[in-house]
Amino acid sequence: MRNKATTKEVQEAKDELFEVTVLPYVNSAYNLARWFTRNQHDAEDLVQEAFLRALRSFQTFIPGHDARAWLLAIVRNCCRTWYRKSRFDATTVPFTEDAAITIATWADPEALLIENVDSRVIHQALEDLALEHREILILRELEELSYKEIAEIIQVPLGTVMSRLSRARKEFHRRLGKATTEVTQ
Amino acid sequence: MSCEEVCAFLDAYTDRELDVMASLQFERHFAECARCRAVCEEYEQLSREVRTCIPRFDAPQGLERKIRAELHLGNRPSPRPKHIAGRNWRSWAFAASFTGLLVSSAIVLSLLRRPVSDVVAQEVVSSHIRSLMANHLSDVASSDQHIVKPWFSGKLDFAPVVKDLSTKGFPLEGGRLDYLDNRPVAALVYKHRQHTINLFLWPSSQSDFTPRTLSMKGYNVVHWTQSRMAYWAVSDLNRAELNEFARELRAAGSS
Repeated sequence: MRNKATTKEVQEAKDELFEVTVLPYVNSAYNLARWFTRNQHDAEDLVQEAFLRALRSFQTFIPGHDARAWLLAIVRNCCRTWYRKSRFDATTVPFTEDAAITIATWADPEALLIENVDSRVIHQALEDLALEHREILILRELEELSYKEIAEIIQVPLGTVMSRLSRARKEFHRRLGKATTEVTQ
Repeated sequence: MSCEEVCAFLDAYTDRELDVMASLQFERHFAECARCRAVCEEYEQLSREVRTCIPRFDAPQGLERKIRAELHLGNRPSPRPKHIAGRNWRSWAFAASFTGLLVSSAIVLSLLRRPVSDVVAQEVVSSHIRSLMANHLSDVASSDQHIVKPWFSGKLDFAPVVKDLSTKGFPLEGGRLDYLDNRPVAALVYKHRQHTINLFLWPSSQSDFTPRTLSMKGYNVVHWTQSRMAYWAVSDLNRAELNEFARELRAAGSS
């Protein structure tokens, strides 16, 4: 008689695999959601929702692939939905994708220093960024995802990842109070 | 490769996202074009500063528990995420909530204040200035690491990593004891051209992170941890060369 695993056993095996593969990335998930929503309460809700969705669609996850990138794509989708539903924040900087690549030359080389920049200034600068810029900075600088992974998560071409990242970095740096003159090439 | 192409792909280059062939083309261009090289260095600096100063939020206590409960998973402690080869996890652990307390934004912002390392940075710079003023740089003056390293034994409760980097342009000049971050530390003195570099090191419980650069009172400071040691290098040397020093030291340290 063939030994068939019961549905319960299969489910338990799946849960355990999920636990080992995906659950370790709660921090990454929360961090992305927290910067996205700019408040803890919504971030927590979104993370819980994301994990629920992740478990439900776990069969679509290919073992051996990067579980963190997979999870963050789900988190990001949840955040996007939340964003569309939430009231439009008038203080949000409107986002424009600038096709021109700009080269920044520094008016004052000494201005590159981040001497004594207050954490509050850094935090505020990030919060004030357009959402598209903030999320790409988080995905690249904190999560160290590759351009390809980022392209998949935010659903844009590779070239856009590069140009958007470039703008995001410069914009963030500018908001930290550094002087730059931009030369458009 | 034209300057326009270089500028268009500068991010990919500094992020190491270009393939080997393209990277080589970049380097060939930089060998001939000082302007692009300068722009690239400035951009790498910007990129580094952005990367090292973005704070990370750790999930609040209890969130993982809530998730487990909702998903009907067990309550086993979560395994730490595996380190992906070649990537460092940089985390400033900001606890963003206290259970049972109303967290005002002022409290959260104060939690986001840079960790103790800012205070240490000030101490490091002051110590560097003092050592130059009093002309008290070394208690054991030798460029031989086999003389300098054993000198510390019995004087410190740890064995400092001492490497001579003369072949890289950073000869060791000697060492001394110092007191920073409320503990005795090793101070190693290096020279680069006419500039003195003080390298302070002591044991750290923090996990490895890649060098952070900052400037204070006109001095440049580079700080990192490697193999459970905290390293602070301070000098009036320019950032690029001080970072080079850090790079060489880190490479020597991992061998």
